[in-house]
Amino acid sequence: MSWAIDQMVARAAREVHPWSVVNLGIGLPTRLAEALPEGMAVWLQSENGLLGMGPAPAEGEEDPQLINAGKQVVTMRAGASLFDSSLSFAMIRGGHVDLAVLGALQVSMLGDLANWAVPQQRVMGIGGAMDLAAGARRVVVLTRHTAKSGEPKLLSRLSYPVTALGCVDRVITELGVFDPLGDAFGVVERAPGVTDAELVAATAAPLRF
Amino acid sequence: MSNEGKVAPDVSAALEGLQNGMTVAVSGFGLSSNPEALIRGVVDCGVRELTLVANNAGAQGLGLATWLRAGIVRRFIGTYVGGNEDLQAAIDGGDVEVQLVPQGTFVERLRAAGAGLAGFYTPTGVGSLVAEGKELRHFEGRAFLLERALPVDFALVRAHRADPFGNVRFWGTGHNFGPAMAMAARVAVVEADGVVPLGGIAPGDVHLPGAFVQRVVEVREHADLIEKAR
Repeated sequence: MSWAIDQMVARAAREVHPWSVVNLGIGLPTRLAEALPEGMAVWLQSENGLLGMGPAPAEGEEDPQLINAGKQVVTMRAGASLFDSSLSFAMIRGGHVDLAVLGALQVSMLGDLANWAVPQQRVMGIGGAMDLAAGARRVVVLTRHTAKSGEPKLLSRLSYPVTALGCVDRVITELGVFDPLGDAFGVVERAPGVTDAELVAATAAPLRF
Repeated sequence: MSNEGKVAPDVSAALEGLQNGMTVAVSGFGLSSNPEALIRGVVDCGVRELTLVANNAGAQGLGLATWLRAGIVRRFIGTYVGGNEDLQAAIDGGDVEVQLVPQGTFVERLRAAGAGLAGFYTPTGVGSLVAEGKELRHFEGRAFLLERALPVDFALVRAHRADPFGNVRFWGTGHNFGPAMAMAARVAVVEADGVVPLGGIAPGDVHLPGAFVQRVVEVREHADLIEKAR
């Protein structure tokens, strides 16, 4: 047994505190927005220059000049603000974003993150990933436990190009919740029915139960 | 200066002095908030061998991707390539040299150039490929990289309103790289949806003061495409 995608997202949503500033990465992390408690006061930051993102607009009400960093049209909640990229990255790099939830290709037990390039493959680009990883006060990675190929994503050491060193505080996968401790991943929680053997088989780093 | 101040009569006048081999920064995020008429104007004026400084280089053959298709870009400095087939093809074919920069570093290099700074130390990129060849220095026990300012010849910036002095207001998330690029440029050209008289933007509502802007051109119609609806 493991968590379904929705359950993973819901577990990650529990990392979000009221009145905090949160940046959600592209892909799975973006779905956290819909999993937050109804009416919870949270300021979702988009690095292209928006703090206080609301839900997707109704059809016919899209503003092509109101987008998120994934280039999707968005809305603004009450209390939102708009600003330029320089201020946006001052917010990110300066430690004014309380939480960044990011996707990952690999995470090491040292908290190192790789999420922008795969060796021998076309590079998509860096975007805001390195700034968010280096600058957010807390970084939670939300990802499948293994790659599509079956390769573990939680490792002793990265083999892919580094996004930022020692930046990851927590990893949430379909198998559970894991904290990089330097010499191992601490198993904080596990999805119902997941055994020690399953975790060991899917993880290429020591685990501390 | 006449009553028109910095307002150019048309796009080609707004781009006067743009030459082969220059470095041109263009604001916008993907296809959102693009200075569409100025982007077309650069292709029309026939300059080549440009260094393009932009977050992405257009998409789906549109926006700045038209520069790639026209073969007028020699070098691209930006943050993201993904999903841009024209850029990928230009890279694969060896037609365009690419320098990928973390987005916060990208905008700060431009801002630094406009703010009279030679560079800055940032924690972003430490331990990554971005750090190669750069000075690493520790402050209070934390590692930082020296990143250099990025001055540009021209900046092409989309805005909502501008006045004849070049005071600017943006719309929505249209600020993005506009202020930093305008600051970094010898010639900052603003493409405004509407030009208003002096005083038409209340002083406290000005997003970018006219001191950073050399030219303004009014362009009322824009395609303003939505790259991703959901």
